[in-house]
Amino acid sequence: MRSSDVIIQTTTKVVFYIIFLFAIHIFFAGHYTPGGGFVGGLLTASAIVLLLLAFDIRTVKKALPINYTVLIATGLVLALGTASASILFNVPFFTHAYDYFTLPLFGETSLHSAMLFDLGVYLVVVGATMNIILSIGSDD
Amino acid sequence: MSVIIGFLFMAAVYLILSRSLIRVVIGTGLLSHGAHLLILTMGGFSGSAPPVLEDSVTDFVDPLPQALILTAIVISFGVTAVFLVMAYRAYQELETDNMTLLKGNDEHD
Amino acid sequence: MINLLLFPVLIPFLTAMILMFFPKRVSAQRTVTVIGMIASVISSAILLYTVMRDGVQAVTLGSWPAPFGITMVSDPLSAGLVLTSNLITLAIVFYSFRSIGAGREKHFYYPAMMFMLTGVNGAFTTGDIFNLFVFFEVLLMASYVLIVLGGEKRQLRESIKYILVNIVSSAFFVTTVAMLYSVTGTLNMADIAAKVSEIGQSGILTVIAVMLILVFGLKGAIFPLYFWLPSSYAAPPVPVLALFGALLTKVGVYAIMRTVTLLFPHDPGFTHEMLMILSILTVVAGCIGALAYFDLKQIVIYNIIIAVGVILFGVSQMNMAGLEGAVFYLIHDMFIKAGLFMLIGVIIAITGTSNLREMGGLLKTYPALAWTWLVAAFGLAGIPPLSGFFGKLLITQGAFEAGNLWGGIIILASSLIVLLSVIRIFIHAFWGEPKPVKGTSKQIYRGLFVPAALITALTVFYGVGTEWLRPVMFDAAEILHQPSIYIDAVLKE
Repeated sequence: MRSSDVIIQTTTKVVFYIIFLFAIHIFFAGHYTPGGGFVGGLLTASAIVLLLLAFDIRTVKKALPINYTVLIATGLVLALGTASASILFNVPFFTHAYDYFTLPLFGETSLHSAMLFDLGVYLVVVGATMNIILSIGSDD
Repeated sequence: MSVIIGFLFMAAVYLILSRSLIRVVIGTGLLSHGAHLLILTMGGFSGSAPPVLEDSVTDFVDPLPQALILTAIVISFGVTAVFLVMAYRAYQELETDNMTLLKGNDEHD
Repeated sequence: MINLLLFPVLIPFLTAMILMFFPKRVSAQRTVTVIGMIASVISSAILLYTVMRDGVQAVTLGSWPAPFGITMVSDPLSAGLVLTSNLITLAIVFYSFRSIGAGREKHFYYPAMMFMLTGVNGAFTTGDIFNLFVFFEVLLMASYVLIVLGGEKRQLRESIKYILVNIVSSAFFVTTVAMLYSVTGTLNMADIAAKVSEIGQSGILTVIAVMLILVFGLKGAIFPLYFWLPSSYAAPPVPVLALFGALLTKVGVYAIMRTVTLLFPHDPGFTHEMLMILSILTVVAGCIGALAYFDLKQIVIYNIIIAVGVILFGVSQMNMAGLEGAVFYLIHDMFIKAGLFMLIGVIIAITGTSNLREMGGLLKTYPALAWTWLVAAFGLAGIPPLSGFFGKLLITQGAFEAGNLWGGIIILASSLIVLLSVIRIFIHAFWGEPKPVKGTSKQIYRGLFVPAALITALTVFYGVGTEWLRPVMFDAAEILHQPSIYIDAVLKE
């Protein structure tokens, strides 16, 4: 698909980062409020799709040289690894741990092991969505 | 709500029984939406309050159906996507999207 | 090790994830798959041993108390089925090396297989009805990939139908779960069972039970709902067919067994009567199909349908003998179907066709294959002391005890037809004038024949070693017969 629309290309360059930042915000909001890995992943995927619409596939591939299958696998490893960590402590599978830390800039924050799981979900969703869209879209 | 669910199921059945492959795919999507809405209505408590339970909160809805729906939505998202890809590949390979031309097995070819 | 019962689910999953990192390196894929499978077989064997020694194992994910969290339960039945499916998958992995082709191996064949095994083991192990739905979807998703892999025209055409049927049945499953939740207010199967026996099985619950039988029957191919199975299963290559035939329908059958015995045992006059009639019709329909075709694949595929009918007939008797026979026959059938499909794969590889009329005289050139086939065929038909005999004996005994004389006679008569259908293959393929065959290299023949012969040998041991296996089967049937053991094991924590 060749498009040379200046307006959409210029807007995309700005909007892509806004969507991406919003996705990250949603992802971190998922602890205690609506949000999380699935929604964040979908938003990120939609940002990449916007890039695909504005430029063509080859350009996007050059800009984001990611193998989406490997992305899925990494996400699955993260998610399963987090859940399986409970096996080492001999507590039921999926039991999560959390603690409060004081981080620079953020102040006191609670860090969950569930966040790593969510990061895994995020990567799986981005990878799977992009894989599907590319497999339909790439042979035109 | 139940009227909407019934309508969704009706539309889904109509679409699934139609000839065009893409309509069938859309029909399965509608069917799963109907099923998801059904879970929502089947929850124990209804109302517009959020599914949050704290000591001071007296008004809340059942959180479990929402969790179930989220899971079911994720699954149906994946399944619909796979089905769509496969329908597209079948269209390319078999050069038709007409379901009546897809019937039979090799012995009738 | 509190998480032991999760290992057979997690190890294939982990293997699949590792495999996804390097899809193009075939030899590495094979090595990792075999290592993962062996680990999985060992863990499930340990699990079965633990379950037999310490009773039913249960773990609730995330340390939530039992009726709220997702519970995974291993009783002798599910542990035995998990071990069986792991062994079969291991054999099919070896079988695939020489038959599936590098093209498929490079396109996520092994990961899809591992994901499917994850789903199968999970569905056998889970104690939560919604989680059962999730594992069903995992295994179906993997099976969609397996059935379409390779992208031949015929595969694409059949997979569209296969996916459509399964999506519709999944939507029904979700609907049924929603209704069940609104009636009982819980999704934990043990808790549902406790609640149902408390409030009594009202009309709406019977409706839900019938809907569940409908949903699982669509996956397990019982009488009016088996229409999709023969043509869909015939489309993919033989290793995939063996995997589907041995595992997929049996998951549906297991789910029916679990739900009718655990959740809805209170209205046998309706649900079990219906199940019995349906299963007899299934047997009859399968027999007609098995005799009607001259195609190797179709004959054995229709034998799957007969077996499903026989197992469910045993379940519907709801007495110890019938249930024990059903458990026996279920595991026997998984092994024997895997063996038979692998053997017809060998025959197809040699002759280059699956049409019986175009082959003959293989007995002279491949005697070992012929006799293995004969043993497997006798095992399928249930000739003592081979594996099918004892299960069928118990099922028939159960039928007579429950007073279903004609049902038992039909089951017995069906074994004759089963024998006829597989012996017909023997007569056409192995006897008669040798016909010109495509032939195959010694190496491929050995690579295909050895796993198939091993599985057949396993079925022989299963039949001869009935006495040693009896305690496992007895415990499994006892839990099906008295669900309170299962309920207590889950809820007592």
